[in-house]
Amino acid sequence: MLADKDRIFTNLYGQNDWRLEAARKRGDWSNTAEILARGRDTIIAQMKASGLRGRGGAGFPTGLKWSFMPKQSDGRPHYLVINGDESEPGTCKDREVMRHEPHKLIESALIASFAMGAHASYIYIRGEFCRESERLQAAIDEAYAAGLLGKNAAGSGWDFDFRIHRGAGAYICGEETALLESLEGKKGQPRMKPPFPAGVGLYGCPTTVNNVESIAVTSTILRRGAEWFAGLGRPNNAGSKLMAISGHVNTPCVFEEELGVPLRDIIEKHGGGVRGGWDNLLAVIPGGCSVPLLPKAVCETVLMDYDSLRAERSGLGTACMIVMDRSTDIIKAIARFSKFFKHESCGQCTPCREGTGWMMRMMDRMVQGRADIEEIDLLEQVTRQVEGHTICALGDAAAWPIQGLIRHFRPEMEARIRQYKAAYGSTGLVQVPAGGAPAAVE
Amino acid sequence: MSTAWTPAEQPDSFVFDAASEEEIAGVLSKYPQERKASAVMPLLYIAQRQMGRVTGSAWVPVVAMDVIAQRLDMAVMRVYEVASFYTMFNTRPIGRYHLQVCTTTPCWLRGSDDVVEACQKATGIQHFGGTSADGLFTMTEVECLGACANAPILQVDDDYYEDMNAERTQAVIAELRAGRRPEPGPTVNRSVSAPLGGRKTLLPSSTVEQE
Repeated sequence: MLADKDRIFTNLYGQNDWRLEAARKRGDWSNTAEILARGRDTIIAQMKASGLRGRGGAGFPTGLKWSFMPKQSDGRPHYLVINGDESEPGTCKDREVMRHEPHKLIESALIASFAMGAHASYIYIRGEFCRESERLQAAIDEAYAAGLLGKNAAGSGWDFDFRIHRGAGAYICGEETALLESLEGKKGQPRMKPPFPAGVGLYGCPTTVNNVESIAVTSTILRRGAEWFAGLGRPNNAGSKLMAISGHVNTPCVFEEELGVPLRDIIEKHGGGVRGGWDNLLAVIPGGCSVPLLPKAVCETVLMDYDSLRAERSGLGTACMIVMDRSTDIIKAIARFSKFFKHESCGQCTPCREGTGWMMRMMDRMVQGRADIEEIDLLEQVTRQVEGHTICALGDAAAWPIQGLIRHFRPEMEARIRQYKAAYGSTGLVQVPAGGAPAAVE
Repeated sequence: MSTAWTPAEQPDSFVFDAASEEEIAGVLSKYPQERKASAVMPLLYIAQRQMGRVTGSAWVPVVAMDVIAQRLDMAVMRVYEVASFYTMFNTRPIGRYHLQVCTTTPCWLRGSDDVVEACQKATGIQHFGGTSADGLFTMTEVECLGACANAPILQVDDDYYEDMNAERTQAVIAELRAGRRPEPGPTVNRSVSAPLGGRKTLLPSSTVEQE
């Protein structure tokens, strides 16, 4: 478990002031020019050595991502775009950074932009986070007034502008290329890759898109040293991470914890235990709604990090877990996610546009039990046909929760169907045989 | 253009007022000159806020989209596309207070059904998307608001009311009806997203506590 001395976000709960003066007392902006003087290559090498993996869900090594940016500019400006479109159900960690640690974020954005040769950075904040945007804007204004942004930012000799762009309620804009489209003033529909944003990104210029948390930890890592950060957690799963716990626990909250800690310990310590005791646990969704759920048996032993959860055919995702106790209608809980993905599909790729609606309707029937047992397999097949057949990962994200449900709770789904049959006799649905004429309906 | 997404009754004209123009100047300075289409979302927000200020109903009429298209050298259809793609732009009039209830799983697990029911009871609105007879409230179902550790959430215009239940929802609506806006944030005795009963990390004894 992480000790208080090793926490990066020391004002996570806003227990102290967020403004510049107080942030300086916490160590922000203390030797920014000195860090930049280390040079681009050293900063990227140190970020690589720290083992930091992207905190937005995919877990791609951050230092490596930065190294994909062109070393020399070909005349086009470079951009750093920070993804603050936090909309994954269950996830509520970046909000705390933006409203309580804005200076850590701004300073880190300067360092990261310098490391990638960018003189300008945009942060894309989800539209609903209106108050958070206002707070961050106030911090940006403070930083400009203090000479920490703008020409010769923080006395480093590097010119840097930092600006906010607000979204307007589209989950898909958390996908990096949809985010760039939105920032350019279009519908948020993801782009084909390649070309990757590092080659052709915002306004056709080299761009890196990073999660708010991935950027915000940069200043502290470079200040305390890559070895310190790499020493936390487990090999290939280094560092501490902002996590959140929601659902059926006694004390839902946001917190920073070391990677590789047992899930059960986290629920007991930070969540105050499962409502009604550990034995009342049904399942946990460990990292935002798109990762498959874990039944209680797995939750007993699994560690909270990228590789451990991957081994259980789930994922760390955003590390914001949703806990469900035995009173939960698990089929309904997952069906609500299907509705979410149907609502948020951008409509560009047919498998996702049609598939999410199809899966949602099918899941709604599964909630009632108004289906045939074989249709569970059909549903599983449909998820496989959506997964991997779309431009972005929203199709995959819509498929995985259902696959997880079928994998771990198939008996419950079958029982629900039998229950419905027993009560109503049949599903009342008309089956159309493949290739044949529709059966006559009376 | 389909009339399905905007009502037939539209104002004849729309002009940005002085307060909006000041905001627009600030927005345009954020993007490269030749990329001013980037400002389409901010300008739609500004138009919507102005409508809220002037008429009491924060929505974007088609004529405002036309004005924005002209201002940003965009085809009007590109602006319509953006206005209809993003859910936070209201393309039809709404009530003075926009009650946005999150019903996604993390909120649902903590009782968002009760919040919905309380909204219905307190306003007389029957279904999502409906506006109360007095024109004060519109209730919308929204997807995850990104504050799940404080579920369930009721968002009123731009403010989050957190850790809601039926009783406190009715209390918030009663305050709004009386013309007062209650303090946003958790409605139970907790500090932001820290655990109920006090934080368990970042304790005063072990961190640099500032006074």
